[in-house]
Amino acid sequence: MSTAQSDMSWARRNRMILTPLLFLAPGILFFAIYVIIPIGQSFNISLYEWDGLGEATYVGIGNYQELVGDRAFEISLWNNVKWLALYLLAIPAGLFIALFLNQTIVGIRLYKSLFFFPFVLSQVVVGLVFSWFYLPNVGLFDIITGWFGIDVRGGILGNPNTATYGIIAAGLWPQTAYCMILYLTGLNAVDPEQIEAGRLDGAKGWRMLWHVILPQLKPATFIAFVVTIIGALRSFDLISIMTNGGPFGSTRVLSFYMFEKALSEYGFRMGYGSAIAVVLFLIMLVFIGYFLWQMYQDEKAARR
Amino acid sequence: MFPTPIEKRSRGAQVTYQALVPLVLIMWLLPLLAVALFSVRPLADFTNGNYWGMPTSFEFFTNYGKVFLESDMPRYMLNSVLITVPTVIGAVALSCMTGFALGIYRFRGNLLIFFMFIAGNFVPFQILMVPVRDLTVSAGLYDTKLGLVLFHIAFQTGFCTLFMRNFIRALPFELIEAARVEGIAEWRIFWYVVLPLMKPAIAALSVLIFTFIWNDYFWAIVLTQGPDAQPVTAGITSFNSQFVAQYHLMSAGSIVAALPPVAMFFLMQRHFIAGLTLGAVK
Repeated sequence: MSTAQSDMSWARRNRMILTPLLFLAPGILFFAIYVIIPIGQSFNISLYEWDGLGEATYVGIGNYQELVGDRAFEISLWNNVKWLALYLLAIPAGLFIALFLNQTIVGIRLYKSLFFFPFVLSQVVVGLVFSWFYLPNVGLFDIITGWFGIDVRGGILGNPNTATYGIIAAGLWPQTAYCMILYLTGLNAVDPEQIEAGRLDGAKGWRMLWHVILPQLKPATFIAFVVTIIGALRSFDLISIMTNGGPFGSTRVLSFYMFEKALSEYGFRMGYGSAIAVVLFLIMLVFIGYFLWQMYQDEKAARR
Repeated sequence: MFPTPIEKRSRGAQVTYQALVPLVLIMWLLPLLAVALFSVRPLADFTNGNYWGMPTSFEFFTNYGKVFLESDMPRYMLNSVLITVPTVIGAVALSCMTGFALGIYRFRGNLLIFFMFIAGNFVPFQILMVPVRDLTVSAGLYDTKLGLVLFHIAFQTGFCTLFMRNFIRALPFELIEAARVEGIAEWRIFWYVVLPLMKPAIAALSVLIFTFIWNDYFWAIVLTQGPDAQPVTAGITSFNSQFVAQYHLMSAGSIVAALPPVAMFFLMQRHFIAGLTLGAVK
């Protein structure tokens, strides 16, 4: 064996390992520095009392013990549950609009885009648009509900009993648009032969939808679930813009309360904030674990 | 097709449907139409309580002119561009490579690394907030566009890798095998065989990431502070405190801030929707 050949051959022999390694290196490096390592660091910081500048004092699980008795934390957690439950309405609503629009009339493409278009707006703009929509007395919402004799004291967002629901409704607007587009794409790919077969069996309307169409829309439904649950637990922008947690802290969710504790005029309690973030992370981890497990099943099935 | 095509229904049903669609659309977009109406009103309309009647005059140019000439809005918009465009380039470039590595090669830990990217892409921002802010401050990048860009590139690489890897998986593998039989080096396979086939994925991801980053608000307020570096989503709040209760200007400002991703969507609609719905059909 000549030296030149063995020189070349190490890299060549191992190229099926080296190539992916080199291609992955920059991506993994970035991702590790900004995402993976910070997760561990947050767990660590949650065990300290720290203002972000001075010395950090180790307090063990002190922050978590404090969380248990914290009324604001309890409200935030409870609001997160409301967000999760109500946000899921975006899925049937999106399906409903998709079914409504799945026709071929003149201009339907433009209609579909216009229905989808709230999703493209930033949550900041959605928040502003809806807070004007909800303005007491002069806002369109108040005027329309006024026709039916409904009057919310202080306006939707000014009333602690309704504010969270008002924000969730604003969030449902773009989220429904997203689910709609997922289902429109799914409906496009539904097998016409199965519909025909279903018709011959006498299925129509709801029965057809439930037994023939929905099973074929399963991939779309799965993605709709993933993005809706993640979206619900990530809600921050709308709350920050529309109510800034108020009135009387009634619209806080964990993500917002964490920010408030760690990085706003309410003080720089990095440790306590991190403890809140850890709780939110663990809640999300349940869902992430489920999503990954589902994807793993798909991967196993698709192994080539 | 489901539901039954409207052409197969009665004439009456068809007419009703065609009238219903625009009507429902108007209701759907009502909050937005209201803002559009606000943005062309004169200030006097609001002080006189004329919120919903005909505008007494059409002030499109005055209002939007003010947004561009008498506020920091143009600076915020420019910041947004300077944050968004490098992020798109960086995240797409990184994920072309990671997607290629994870989509083409079999090695131990492949799926594990892939799942790490997916999981990371789903975590709540707050679990990253304190350490990332700390890192940015100690690198001297707090309140700079670069600080935001670096974080966005890193975080978006998670979603982009998921996207690219699945896209590459769907490419015909025979092409790569054929190239290997020809003795073509692996990086050349990436550059000359796979990358050209990835063009649709690159286009779709670019418009998606553009929209995601343009619309980011949380990281903008965590990592930046003033008009030097803040993008328009964060800047709009200071804009609104400059023109507090002047709904005509705040509305016009919001519309201006929302416009670039909207334009991107309408121009690149096919790619945008293809990107969003990847995986919605098996």
